[in-house]
Amino acid sequence: MFTLFWTDALIFLLLIMVALFTWYARRKEHLRSPWRRVGRSRAAMSTMVILLAYVAIGLLDSVHFRPTLDRDGEAKSLVYSNEAISAFDWLASDLMGRAEKTYSAPFATHLYSKETVQLPDGTQKRMYPKLEYGGAHLAGPGEKAGDIIAGSLRGGVKGLLVWIAAVAVFCTVWGRRHGRSPGRAVALITSNQTEFRWRATLITLGVLFVLMWISTELSAKYHVFGTDKVGEDVFYQTLKSIRTGLMIGTLTTLVMLPFALILGIMAGYLGGWIDDVIQYLYTTLNSIPGVLLIAAAILMLQVYLNNNSEEFASVAERADLRLLFLCLILGITSWTGLCRYLRAESLKLREIDYVEAARSLGVGQPTIMFRHLLPNVMHIVLITVVLDFSGLVLAEAILSYVQIGVDPTMNSWGNMINSARLEMAREPIVWWSLLAAFVFMFVLVLSANLFSDTVRDAFDPRLRGVE
Amino acid sequence: MTNNVLRIEDLRMYLGGAEMPVRAVDGINLKINEGETLALLGESGCGKSMTALSLMRLLPSSGRVKQGRVLYMGQDLLTLAEMDMRRIRGSGISMIFQEPMTSLNAVLTVGEQIRESLLTHQGVKGAGARKQSVDLLRSVGIPSPERRIDEYPHQLSGGMKQRVMIAIALANEPELLIADEPTTAVDVTIQAQVLALIRRLQKERGMAVLLITHDLGVVSEVADRVAVMYAGQIIEQAGRESFFGDPKHPYSGKLFESLPALNKRDQPLYVIKGFVPSLRTDFKGCRFASRCDYVMPVCREKTPAMINVDGGQVACYLYSPDHAPEPVRLVESVEPVSGRKMGSEEELLDVTGLKVYFPIKAGVFKRTVGHVYAVDGVDINIPTGRTLALVGESGSGKTTAGKGILQLIAPTGGRVRFQGEDLTAVSASSLRHRRTEFQIIFQDPFASMNPRMLVRDIIAEGLRAQHIGGPDARRRRVVELLEMVGLQEDSADRYPHEFSGGQRQRICIARALAVRPKLIVCDEPTSALDVSVQAQILNLLRNLQDKLGLSYLFITHNMSVVAYLAHEVAVMYLGRIVEQGPVETVLTQPSHPYTKALLSAVPTIETGAQHSAIRLEGDMPSPSEPPKGCYFHPRCPEAITVCRERYPGRASLNSSHSASCHLLSGGD
Repeated sequence: MFTLFWTDALIFLLLIMVALFTWYARRKEHLRSPWRRVGRSRAAMSTMVILLAYVAIGLLDSVHFRPTLDRDGEAKSLVYSNEAISAFDWLASDLMGRAEKTYSAPFATHLYSKETVQLPDGTQKRMYPKLEYGGAHLAGPGEKAGDIIAGSLRGGVKGLLVWIAAVAVFCTVWGRRHGRSPGRAVALITSNQTEFRWRATLITLGVLFVLMWISTELSAKYHVFGTDKVGEDVFYQTLKSIRTGLMIGTLTTLVMLPFALILGIMAGYLGGWIDDVIQYLYTTLNSIPGVLLIAAAILMLQVYLNNNSEEFASVAERADLRLLFLCLILGITSWTGLCRYLRAESLKLREIDYVEAARSLGVGQPTIMFRHLLPNVMHIVLITVVLDFSGLVLAEAILSYVQIGVDPTMNSWGNMINSARLEMAREPIVWWSLLAAFVFMFVLVLSANLFSDTVRDAFDPRLRGVE
Repeated sequence: MTNNVLRIEDLRMYLGGAEMPVRAVDGINLKINEGETLALLGESGCGKSMTALSLMRLLPSSGRVKQGRVLYMGQDLLTLAEMDMRRIRGSGISMIFQEPMTSLNAVLTVGEQIRESLLTHQGVKGAGARKQSVDLLRSVGIPSPERRIDEYPHQLSGGMKQRVMIAIALANEPELLIADEPTTAVDVTIQAQVLALIRRLQKERGMAVLLITHDLGVVSEVADRVAVMYAGQIIEQAGRESFFGDPKHPYSGKLFESLPALNKRDQPLYVIKGFVPSLRTDFKGCRFASRCDYVMPVCREKTPAMINVDGGQVACYLYSPDHAPEPVRLVESVEPVSGRKMGSEEELLDVTGLKVYFPIKAGVFKRTVGHVYAVDGVDINIPTGRTLALVGESGSGKTTAGKGILQLIAPTGGRVRFQGEDLTAVSASSLRHRRTEFQIIFQDPFASMNPRMLVRDIIAEGLRAQHIGGPDARRRRVVELLEMVGLQEDSADRYPHEFSGGQRQRICIARALAVRPKLIVCDEPTSALDVSVQAQILNLLRNLQDKLGLSYLFITHNMSVVAYLAHEVAVMYLGRIVEQGPVETVLTQPSHPYTKALLSAVPTIETGAQHSAIRLEGDMPSPSEPPKGCYFHPRCPEAITVCRERYPGRASLNSSHSASCHLLSGGD
């Protein structure tokens, strides 16, 4: 049975909005041409592939349903589990289920710390117990290296095969659209003679596929990134954290956009006391330390959640509400910057001739704001949103670290770092949680930054025509 | 001649990628002699600025010199090391730019900026450098240079800044001064000052000047020789006298014919057909062939070479003995067509005592501490079907007056009666409905249309806002309007950026016409356009007036446009009208000293001796603190005592001509 969490609903709403905008932008030359410029950048195309991979995992993780419980065919009516799981959980159910007892290092076959174990003959011994799942299929410790290499090769070959199939499909489709044979298409793409940088895109895709299949292959038998304190697979955790990061990065935007757009344009265009009120509002809001406001809001919410825990069907639902609130409060604290830009731009546009001409034709003020100002400030909105995204992902990590972020039960990079913090002090050091969170976050933020750089350059009117 | 300061040989400069480059400069040959002013004349986008930047090796990053030599004192600049080139820039060849406002660094004093140049090239420092800077400022005519040298650019007026720029350029006594449109951004009275200054300095120092301009008037004022550039090539070179007396190339001839003037009032202006070709084209033959009236088959096949004619050179087959059938004379006198329809005397617009003040606010509580008296009591009236030109320098309040009349800016005082109804008194909603009757056309055709809208939606905007007609009716009206302004029907489904400046101005006219107005305020509609395009727009405006009986309030600073188009003219200075009357009278017998100065400052195209203009000193005072007495007296060459005390009343010279001056009203 499908369940829709609040954040799921909003992320799909955002997806629909993006789809509608794309459809709208396809017909508008002034919107299409900057994107074409984005397509001509190698860095942008490669990072877009990586971002799309993240988005795909995040979206898979946003389709929630409650699985049926097997009841030995006793009842005809279906019974659903209390806990909703996502499509991603279902695909990675192996990873989720294979919990060890406690810490184990990446690719380990034994636990990380010695324990007193009762041997079959009744004697007790302090030793590193064997893991229940990690490397359980191995006969002896000597086989591990060979097995890992074999697994990697197997995964790599599978990834390559899938990639070749994907490239073949792409070249056929591309060739058909441009009236070229598939062979000619391959030649054009490999010699980089296409308008968009398809060669770089496809190479990135290939690397991504190979890595994906290797990790799938290996994670079936090992804990690629080790396990955490309660024995949960860190690789699984870090993949689950993708959704949290994306949610914070995008939903916050969704929350802040209406504030920034409406208030910014109104302040700039209408001026007078409306401008004063709006300026006063955002100046005040800007003067409150953001962390303080977020802490207050989240702690208040937590009290409410604790007092009304019976209203929530599951822990996940509660965690979801907290995530939504975090997005809201981040949105409320972060609209001021964009609002200020938009006010300044509207102040400029208010005096421009075509707005004056519209006024002289007797066009009403709401129409002027909607038809003349809004489309002409959209490039600023887009640039800001794309640039803010990576900042918000990082903000989540920091807030969770100081424990005013997402719910502790929710997987997030911030929570992973937070829990790893305590383990950094122990000897020998537990480093893999931190590393896994770091690597995944770093790749996401770097890709987003590189991508947004290109987007900003493409939409910046001052750079237009430089090329 | 041996004493060339600069010789350019077959210079080619391309911009952009290897395939389809923009051939901005495509094989030009020029030489500039010692102490000579060469004017490089051409319309926008013909490559004249790029030529100058190539000489200085200051090309934009996408530009590169493909071929050619630039010999400065016998030394090829294009092969010099950057280090050596830097030594030549500023000391051998220096340059002044178009925009004085942005060419100076706002956070350094004037003195520091001059001293920088002295230090770099001569190593002069300290008191010596200061003294030299003061002398330089004095030589460019800046009053009290000892004080000005420690001021920042924002404390100087536009004309002063341009002088400072010239002082910096001259600091190291260059052999060659390149002036890239030095007066385009300044007013006509300032332009006269700057041109006189350049001419004087050149005489004193014997330096060569390369003057880049699009203004035939400026060329005629200062140039010794003229080189006409068209689509990346020089097509004619001649001495000033012979160029203005008898232009050889068909293009030069047509340029003269498309200039508006008082004596052309009774005829449409000549329009060069077609457009300037894109510089991306791979040219074959003469570049002007497709627009030329004298085109011959050979023109389309082979690029014409320079031919010596009458001491000048021209690249045209008409003068080649092998091709030309007979010698030609290009400037013909056109028979005047029937006189213009005179509008009726029915009153349409009557403005009395219009005042627009902008409060100056300061302090925490934004108290009003003063006012900018942008428009300070303007009386004008326009009958149906007539054109009133409102002329004045920038800052005189003419645009504000126009917007005040249209109620785009709420007037502070006065009455604007439109067909008998006072627009300042009607309610906001009825004003919105009445807006169909008066429209505005703006100066900048690039800023006056929303770049995100289709031309169809732009033109139909007024119809939509006023709920005129259904979608079908609007569609038909758009087509009709496009045809009226001379554009193709398929223009409707394109975006503004696909059009050239002149075409955009036509779209703006169509948008204004859509709601069938009776009055159109034209706010400098042609000042951003090239001469040949200006002629098209002026012709269009005149045809529309004859056909639709429109009235125009034509705001401009261009006297020749006024002479060509207007019936009446009102001269504005610092928010007030100083002289008003029929155009023939005001332009030929100006009464107010300001009008006289303004008219004499306009560069004229004369073949004879250069005329002596009444030079106005200084700049217009700030409209927030107008001088006591007559606003014009601090600059007036004829000021008398009473001028410092009282603002003069209006003196009627005859039934239609009046001026506000104590000299005319006998001091009372």
